[in-house]
Amino acid sequence: MHRFNYARPENLSSAIALASKFSGNDDLPTEAGTQFIAGGTNLADYMKLGVARPKYLLDLNGLVEASLRQIKITDRSIRFGALVRMSEVAEREDIKSHCPVVAESLQLAASGQLRNMASLGGNVLQRTRCEYFREISWPCNKRKPGSGCSAINGFNRQHAVLGTSDACIATYHGDFAQALIALDATVDIEGRRGSRALPFAYLHRLPGKTPNVETDLAADEIITAIEVPLGPWSRRSRYLKIRDRQSYAFALASAAVALDMDGNTVRQARIALGGVATVPWRASPAEAVLKDKVLDEATANEAAEAAFEDAKPLAFNRFKIPLGKTTLMRALLETRDMKA
Amino acid sequence: MSDAKTLLTKSTEAVEVPPTKSSEPREFSALSIRVNRQTYNLALDNRTSLLDALRDHIGLTGTKKGCDHGQCGACTVLIDGERVLSCLIFAVMAQGRDITTIEGLVSSDGSLHPMQQAFIDHDAFQCGYCTPGQILSAIGCVDEGHAGSADSIREYMSGNLCRCAAYPNIVDAIMQARDETRKA
Repeated sequence: MHRFNYARPENLSSAIALASKFSGNDDLPTEAGTQFIAGGTNLADYMKLGVARPKYLLDLNGLVEASLRQIKITDRSIRFGALVRMSEVAEREDIKSHCPVVAESLQLAASGQLRNMASLGGNVLQRTRCEYFREISWPCNKRKPGSGCSAINGFNRQHAVLGTSDACIATYHGDFAQALIALDATVDIEGRRGSRALPFAYLHRLPGKTPNVETDLAADEIITAIEVPLGPWSRRSRYLKIRDRQSYAFALASAAVALDMDGNTVRQARIALGGVATVPWRASPAEAVLKDKVLDEATANEAAEAAFEDAKPLAFNRFKIPLGKTTLMRALLETRDMKA
Repeated sequence: MSDAKTLLTKSTEAVEVPPTKSSEPREFSALSIRVNRQTYNLALDNRTSLLDALRDHIGLTGTKKGCDHGQCGACTVLIDGERVLSCLIFAVMAQGRDITTIEGLVSSDGSLHPMQQAFIDHDAFQCGYCTPGQILSAIGCVDEGHAGSADSIREYMSGNLCRCAAYPNIVDAIMQARDETRKA
């Protein structure tokens, strides 16, 4: 591991000031000299592997702002402070009943220990588990721009089929993010230039030609809160995750679904897919198929076909297309049958 | 392992060590952590994980290093009563926190924690390497209220791998300890 300096700033403004001082204005957050750490479950691992090499590590756990650790529920939204731990949300009875997809996406992620550690703000920024990204001896455009992608012609069983490019096919492995993008969440961000609110759908960037640019954030910016609007779809929502083993594994395919129903007819469907795409993936074509339709096996199948119409399989991940379709169909029908 | 110089003082009375000043980043840190109700004052390279601090600098080798990447659960300890992975926490970040390791579970009269006794009663290990992590995680699992059924125990203990596959006996041991803790 590379040597690093450590500081524990007392409030957001001093954290941002330190980050601005030690990082260049145009540095990418993942490559900047300064990195923020909260739970550390992703960053500490990548520092050990030599993938992340911060010179300054800024520990956010000492920040005094109480709102960073609070959950506020109103009739219209749930607002999560960015330092709230995954386990706290997964356990809350009111979130399980008001918006099950949020609680389930967190409960089905990681292990009991990791959920106690990992913060929500860090969770959405977790970096890919692509084996070629993790092992620094391989060429990787995300880790070392221009060096090439080892996965495209390598063992790409766990890699993405949606949102890929000629430069990168690394999967976004998070679960919580699928719930957030399906529900049109927003993130509050603070940085050197002030504060801003960003639709969650704009937080992550498609790999394109620059897979090293992973998010819309600047190196001095900190996610302070995540807000999930509530609506007639919130209670009838769920997260289905399919893995190689039944627990404690990343998704091969997953679906976050929320439905606003009028009897058996869909007023509005909200769908996101995990384990199959390079970024949190809203399946808008599938949502369009279901609008004002009766939801049954035939229409669920149509929606699944639409969701994967643009999928690009490679040598070892072709199975993710039928698996992803079946996962979405099952999630849709199970969500339809929920008592909400 | 880190090349940190260890300045280890072990004391029962509180020794004042100035905490790391927040605004002055340094590659080494002087820190004070509480492990099993004892305060330890350390000077460590910032790269030192809590796991390495416990094992190599404090000398509490009961906590085990399996994968060192947060995948196996062997390094599980309790911080402020919650189960966490000591391999993914930098020791400097654990400053001021209350840490419990396997060595801290025995009562002052030498009697084992109900979870330790249950693991012996049910033969819930073979090689024993994952056992300290299993026991600390199991205590967390019961405290969190996730030990209601065998299925729930299996789900909430999935972060602790046992390559000897003693899983059925581990589940039995946790159910016994859960019932004894409830009685107590």
